[in-house]
Amino acid sequence: MTGHISVRHRNPGPLADRYARRYAGLVTMSTLAAHAPGAAASGLADVAASEASLRRFLHGLPGVDQVGLEARAATLGTRSIKTTAKAYAIDLAISMIDLTTLEGADTVGKVRSLCTKGRNPDPSDPTAPRVAAICVYPDMVATAKEALRGTDIQVASVATAFPAGRAALPVKLADTADAVAAGADEIDMVIDRGAFLSGRYLDVFNEITAVKEACRRPDGTSAHLKVIFETGELQTYDNVRRASWLAMLAGADFIKTSTGKVAVNATPPVTLLMLEAVRDFRAATGVQVGVKPAGGIKTTKDAMKYLVMVNETLGDDWLSPHWFRFGASSLLNDLLMQRQKLTTGRYSGPDYVTVD
Amino acid sequence: MAKNTKKTDEPVAQAPRGGLFEYAPAPESPAAAGDIATSYGHFIGGEFVDSSGSEALKTVNPATEQVLAEFAQGTGEDVDRAVAAARKAFADWSALPGSERAKYLFRIARIVQERSRELAVLESIDNGKPIRETRDFDVPMVAAWFFYYAGWADKLDYAGYGPNPKPVGVAAQVIPWNFPLMMLAWKIAPALATGNTVVLKPAETTPLTALRFAEICRQAGLPKGVVNIVTGDGRTGAALTAHPDVDKVAFTGSTPVGRSIARQLAGSRTRLSLELGGKAANIVFDDAPIDQAVEGIVNGIFFNQGHVCCAGSRLLVQESVQDEFLEALKRRMSTLRVGDPLDKNTDVGAINSSAQLARITELTDSGEAEGAERWSPSCDLPGTGYWFRPTLFTGVSQAHRIAREEIFGPVLSVLTFRTPAEAVEKANNTPYGLSAGIWTEKGSRILWTASRLKAGVVWANTFNKFDPASPFGGYKESGYGREGGRHGLEAYLDV
Amino acid sequence: MSDVALRLDVLKTYKLYVGGKFPRSESGRVYEVTDSKGQWLANAPLGTRKDTRDAVVAARAAVKGWSGTTAYNRGQVLYRVAEMLQGRREQFIAEVATAEGLGAKKAAALVDAAIDRWVWYAGWTDKVAQVAGNANPVAGPYFNLSTPEPTGVVGVLAPQAGHGFSFLGLVSVIAPVIATGNTVVVAAATDAPLPALSLGEVLATSDLPGGVVNVLSGRTADIAPTLASHQDVNGIDLTGAIQPDGPGAAAALEAAAAETLKRVLRPAADPAAADWTEAPGTKRLTSFLETKTVWHPMGI
Repeated sequence: MTGHISVRHRNPGPLADRYARRYAGLVTMSTLAAHAPGAAASGLADVAASEASLRRFLHGLPGVDQVGLEARAATLGTRSIKTTAKAYAIDLAISMIDLTTLEGADTVGKVRSLCTKGRNPDPSDPTAPRVAAICVYPDMVATAKEALRGTDIQVASVATAFPAGRAALPVKLADTADAVAAGADEIDMVIDRGAFLSGRYLDVFNEITAVKEACRRPDGTSAHLKVIFETGELQTYDNVRRASWLAMLAGADFIKTSTGKVAVNATPPVTLLMLEAVRDFRAATGVQVGVKPAGGIKTTKDAMKYLVMVNETLGDDWLSPHWFRFGASSLLNDLLMQRQKLTTGRYSGPDYVTVD
Repeated sequence: MAKNTKKTDEPVAQAPRGGLFEYAPAPESPAAAGDIATSYGHFIGGEFVDSSGSEALKTVNPATEQVLAEFAQGTGEDVDRAVAAARKAFADWSALPGSERAKYLFRIARIVQERSRELAVLESIDNGKPIRETRDFDVPMVAAWFFYYAGWADKLDYAGYGPNPKPVGVAAQVIPWNFPLMMLAWKIAPALATGNTVVLKPAETTPLTALRFAEICRQAGLPKGVVNIVTGDGRTGAALTAHPDVDKVAFTGSTPVGRSIARQLAGSRTRLSLELGGKAANIVFDDAPIDQAVEGIVNGIFFNQGHVCCAGSRLLVQESVQDEFLEALKRRMSTLRVGDPLDKNTDVGAINSSAQLARITELTDSGEAEGAERWSPSCDLPGTGYWFRPTLFTGVSQAHRIAREEIFGPVLSVLTFRTPAEAVEKANNTPYGLSAGIWTEKGSRILWTASRLKAGVVWANTFNKFDPASPFGGYKESGYGREGGRHGLEAYLDV
Repeated sequence: MSDVALRLDVLKTYKLYVGGKFPRSESGRVYEVTDSKGQWLANAPLGTRKDTRDAVVAARAAVKGWSGTTAYNRGQVLYRVAEMLQGRREQFIAEVATAEGLGAKKAAALVDAAIDRWVWYAGWTDKVAQVAGNANPVAGPYFNLSTPEPTGVVGVLAPQAGHGFSFLGLVSVIAPVIATGNTVVVAAATDAPLPALSLGEVLATSDLPGGVVNVLSGRTADIAPTLASHQDVNGIDLTGAIQPDGPGAAAALEAAAAETLKRVLRPAADPAAADWTEAPGTKRLTSFLETKTVWHPMGI
């Protein structure tokens, strides 16, 4: 069910022309091609050449009307997912989970236990799919890697002074390199919200490109990079759209809502907005980027709403763990209970799923 | 009829959904609509009574073409009886303290809430509109309307119409089929709050929720004759609006019928309010919040199958963004789910009647014949019933019939403009003036545009929003008078 | 033999007031206006269908400017009308006295009331939106505001009867309609058009833009059907429609107005019983207003 995050390229569509039209000729030096190969062809190559050009680009993105966005997300939330559709969606959701433990109290035992759960979510039903990844702090990467040996479950590591992101760049890069060296398949970095909110977009951009560089392994491959915005701190949807484009231009493989460590984490509207961003980015550049809502998604009903949004905003191309993930922990058990209900016809209870 | 449209070999869009995640049917149970009698009479003087005539009409589920029930074609004598019952009830009802009238309306609102599922299913079956809309929009709005006007009943002294404003008397109310129960609420709630009594005629394709509402009046203990329901077609409506003992006529429907009622009442002392057709422009400027604008355009024209008088049936898009906007619009249209109205995931239901389908078909054919380019997303339509694919016309000019006439169906005509002044000029270039939409992130441009649009409702960065506190009604040939809000009281007060 | 030479009065040629100018009727015809005892007073232009059409064109052309001017400015203009009238008070007293067969004292009271009525409406221009508008508390995150807007071009049939009809009545039907930003084509009282035609002269010197008020004299029954059926007229005040039947009767005019769904202000049940000195209230002020409701989401 799971697999490596891949980068898919499409021919730039008409939207690319639009961005090209709007921003062509702003600057001359190419900074992007290495990070987003499609961007060069789409006329977006130079937007990050200077603070001014990057700002003009990001502030030239279409605005987001909060009420309209939230209304659309709410309407999609009323979809009724039943029977076969529900069974499909539950298994898909399980397979998309980045099963996460990010506690100060994490131990080797806890992480191993979580990995066991990820490999075999429902001991009573071997047909239950595996999760996509186990997400841990960098010092637990080796433990997780070892525990997952022989599976295709990815090890994702948070990095860059997660969750605050408040550390000097060399520290963040070392944090990243350390996790990659320990075997992390995926890096979940946090952006510098302070820099973003104070308008230093180029600093954020450069930091992402530097971390992306730190994801490289000696053999030339790279850990895949998820960029966390901490949307709860960005406050406005306009900021989320700008952060999405900023991260994608800088080479993010995934864009992710939240650390799960602040008051407001993933919400349906913020995720919908990011889905629209990756849709538009692919139309503009041909580069497909994944989306990961994280934090606060606890129930099957929640997960269904997110999958409906993916389905109706992006369609099949994103309906796989390659392109969509849930950053969650307790969600898995609720999905498993619902799954058992579908299988047996009886309502399940918390004693019939494992607590890990 | 249905077969005709289905045969149309329309260009097919590439739907973004490839089918990995297909929603299984999620049908609401038709049984939730409660018992539907095989035949209905009228509701007069608090009783369900037979018509004096023998002619019966049939109401059909437009999604299945199955007959749901027979109902009476109201005769002149039936109308006489109903008006007499309303007249008889008027003295006591209008003399009742406002606080007591208020409590009846509050009761009605509560019972509507209690029976909301039943009403939502019944409305969907009789009208063809999706259960998602009757459940989440129509029926909640009905309750809200009664709640809102209930509160006015004992506060009329403060409404700005002078001290102790008096009711008009007996109100004849004729409503359309597009929002059967909601239109009933828009009419009955303010009329009763202000102390009038009413005779209401529901549309001949959608009488069932009005007849069910009669039951609610009985449950609420509403005094006999305060609300009377007479069913029938336009003949019954004409008899009612022309009745000499009617003090007030309120009509919602087409402009031609509204015009004929206005003619009919010329020279009389009968008061008239009209809520008629529209050809609303939805203006998209190049700096619009594009995703929400697309959503608003879609909601503006495909909500309720486009059977909406204030539907945003003309899209005016700034030329500099038309390509990207239309691409986004088509992509979004491709995700619309057309089909069984009782399926909770249906976005676009059935066309209300074969006659309406014929009209939509005729007008869209004329659009093609006049040279506009037609596009619809691919979607399967059910084998029986009245259906029409969501349709987009590009290359439309102001002179085309599809840009001027009210289609009242899921058909959007796209025109372009270059400057704000041109947008306003084109938007106003119609005898109608019910509603309009503006999409731009620039606040001053919204206000500039809104102040120039000849339309009674202007939605800026939103569309098709309604609220009992918000006045609704048109300029020019879209009618006169307002429904909703403090303004909505005026039509039922002798001021 | 007196050595004081007899001086012949200069008689006034009454003309229409259309688009800020004083044309004769395109027909070149006039009709005799007499006082209440049948004595000849003056000749008045006999306005025609074509004069009416021209007046509608002038009124339409003036809508944009007049409705677009600030309410404060409209109030200043209306107050200026009162000032100008005050200066010509004696002329209007004489015209009202002859038109309605009143003594000078009663006529003076009516003219004073008419001047005061302009002042009353001058004060209304920037209040009517506050009284007739509304901030609506809708159940959602939306700013929702209803504001009254002028309907556009309004045909007004000036009153032909009732105490004070010839001038106070005339002012009472014109002032509220233009106070809110509409423009007007008024058919003066057929038998008492002189105060109306003189009012045109006052309006022309009162900073009122040309075309905002257009005054036609002639047979109301001839002018009214043209106004009622004109597709570029948005509303019609039938106050002066006193013909019992024929195309100039109120019922026929209302039926004609229905073709374009004009806003119609019906005549009183008994126009002769009208007392124009009564406090006017807001009915006429709000009869030719359209309520526009604007929604906007509230978000960040």
